[in-house]
Amino acid sequence: MNRLLLNKIVLGLSVVSALIGLGFLAWILLTLFIKGVSSLHFSLFLNDLVNGGLRNLIIGQLELALLASVVGIPLGMAAGIYIQEYGRGKYANFIRDLSDIMMSAPSIVIGAFVYAIAVKPFGGANGYAGVLALSIMMIPIIINTTDNMLALVPKELREAGIALGASKYKVILDIVIKAAKVGIMTGILLSFARIVGETAPLLFTSETSSYFNMNLSEAMPSLTVSIYNLANEPEQSSRDLAWAASFILTVIVLMINLTGRFITRNKK
Amino acid sequence: MEKIFQKLSLGSASLVLIILLGVFFTLFNAAKPSIDKFGTKFLVDARWNKEVAIDGIKSITTQQQTIEEDEITDEDDDIIDEDDEEIIDEDDTDELDMKNTQTVFGGLVPIVGTLLSTFIALIFALPIAMGIAVFLSEIAPKKLAVPVGIAIELLAAIPSIIFGMWGLYYFAPIVADTFGGYQVSLLTAGLVLAVMILPFMAAITRDSMNTTPDVLKESAYALGATKFEVVKDIIFPYSKTGIIGSIILALGRAMGETMAVAFLIGAIYTIPDKITDPTISIPVAMAVNFGEASGLGESSLFYLGLILFVISFGVISFAKFYFLKKAR
Repeated sequence: MNRLLLNKIVLGLSVVSALIGLGFLAWILLTLFIKGVSSLHFSLFLNDLVNGGLRNLIIGQLELALLASVVGIPLGMAAGIYIQEYGRGKYANFIRDLSDIMMSAPSIVIGAFVYAIAVKPFGGANGYAGVLALSIMMIPIIINTTDNMLALVPKELREAGIALGASKYKVILDIVIKAAKVGIMTGILLSFARIVGETAPLLFTSETSSYFNMNLSEAMPSLTVSIYNLANEPEQSSRDLAWAASFILTVIVLMINLTGRFITRNKK
Repeated sequence: MEKIFQKLSLGSASLVLIILLGVFFTLFNAAKPSIDKFGTKFLVDARWNKEVAIDGIKSITTQQQTIEEDEITDEDDDIIDEDDEEIIDEDDTDELDMKNTQTVFGGLVPIVGTLLSTFIALIFALPIAMGIAVFLSEIAPKKLAVPVGIAIELLAAIPSIIFGMWGLYYFAPIVADTFGGYQVSLLTAGLVLAVMILPFMAAITRDSMNTTPDVLKESAYALGATKFEVVKDIIFPYSKTGIIGSIILALGRAMGETMAVAFLIGAIYTIPDKITDPTISIPVAMAVNFGEASGLGESSLFYLGLILFVISFGVISFAKFYFLKKAR
């Protein structure tokens, strides 16, 4: 009887911890929703930060993340292809381990690194540095998904391609990648959702700006960095703006994340 | 074409190695002035950006040296007016004053703050993450386990700056009311960190618990074991290495977390007396002070960054190689 009681208690505690986890998610999302919607205005999307809007910040943040994807996705995929398709042996495994470690490297350290090589020598914050920092964050994530998804493609598909006389890179690009397309797409969307919400790597690389700017040689407006600045200002209006920005950011991040998950789910 | 493609993919793979080496050497290089100046004493020195007098003997020797130099210049230039000489003397004394004090940077406070906040996060996250993992892999029916699993993973997808905002305005007041002390403190930072690493820890733990063969579990049930006993005596021992690996990995992540902690830890360079006192961590020190730092201060921040990079690299690779190898 004692055993059964203990069992009930422990299982109950386990359910409680799941509820705690869900509770925090609900609490954060509700807070964001209530605070965000009450400070959200349509005019926020038409004005720049200097006029009390968020337009330049949203565009700047998306521009940085998109350009980082343009750099990071091909490099990450090529590296993942090497690890899974070409590299057989110690070096490929070594790179795989390093990439896993890099995935958990502190983002602020990446920011400091980029500051030292791409901001200080050029005399000030610039968008290129921000793009560089974000793509360094993105590459190991893309490598990881490409590697895992290519590993799921059956060996027979590759053999069939080779037997038809196709060269190895043709087999990889036309058969293997196509077979793993959905999984890789999910990985790309998830990693995009991750870097679009990053703050620390941008803090002293591309910083932020109150004005509309799409020119990468200057400081770039950033939603996340501006949230950090606005939230620490004493005026209530700044904080309201920070809440509206946080709400928009979370909606963007969660939408992309969920889209990524749903395309794999439909495939199954 | 085949060759080009192969070379390109090899090049991209090597990029990972190049970036990591680049990060290490760039940080080391930028930290060099501070490393040369403070050496390993940096790790145990609690003073940050403090003006201190140089030891007595040293300052006397510098005085003597400058006096000697003065005499030499006097001998060389006989024609200089007395007024000019006086001005030169004044300049020299100013320099002496400056030489008598120096700015000292020590990393002890951020290092202690990082370790303590991570430790607090771990203590709170660990039992809850284990509970969630058990719930997802053993208790919940599949119809429930999938959406709950996704919800928990969504918690991990929320940007850290959002955790900071929410933590500062909604969570910190409650913590301060319950435990007393300041709203921004080691405790609030640790608790919010706990919420942030919770989903990550739960997900990996669940995955390694799911690797337990059903045969083992079924045999235990057939012998009359309760669910708790199966979890305790079959699943935990079987997936032990994976679970420990996930804990250490979460620890490595928590140490490098910047934005949420920046909102909540208080960013003050003092060793906390109580758990409810504000302090600072390495990433926060970098985030807050990098903008206005220059010279030795900036170099010391790079030194901190190097320390963080090396510690988290060590912790994460320890978890990967020692515990998570089997899982891959």
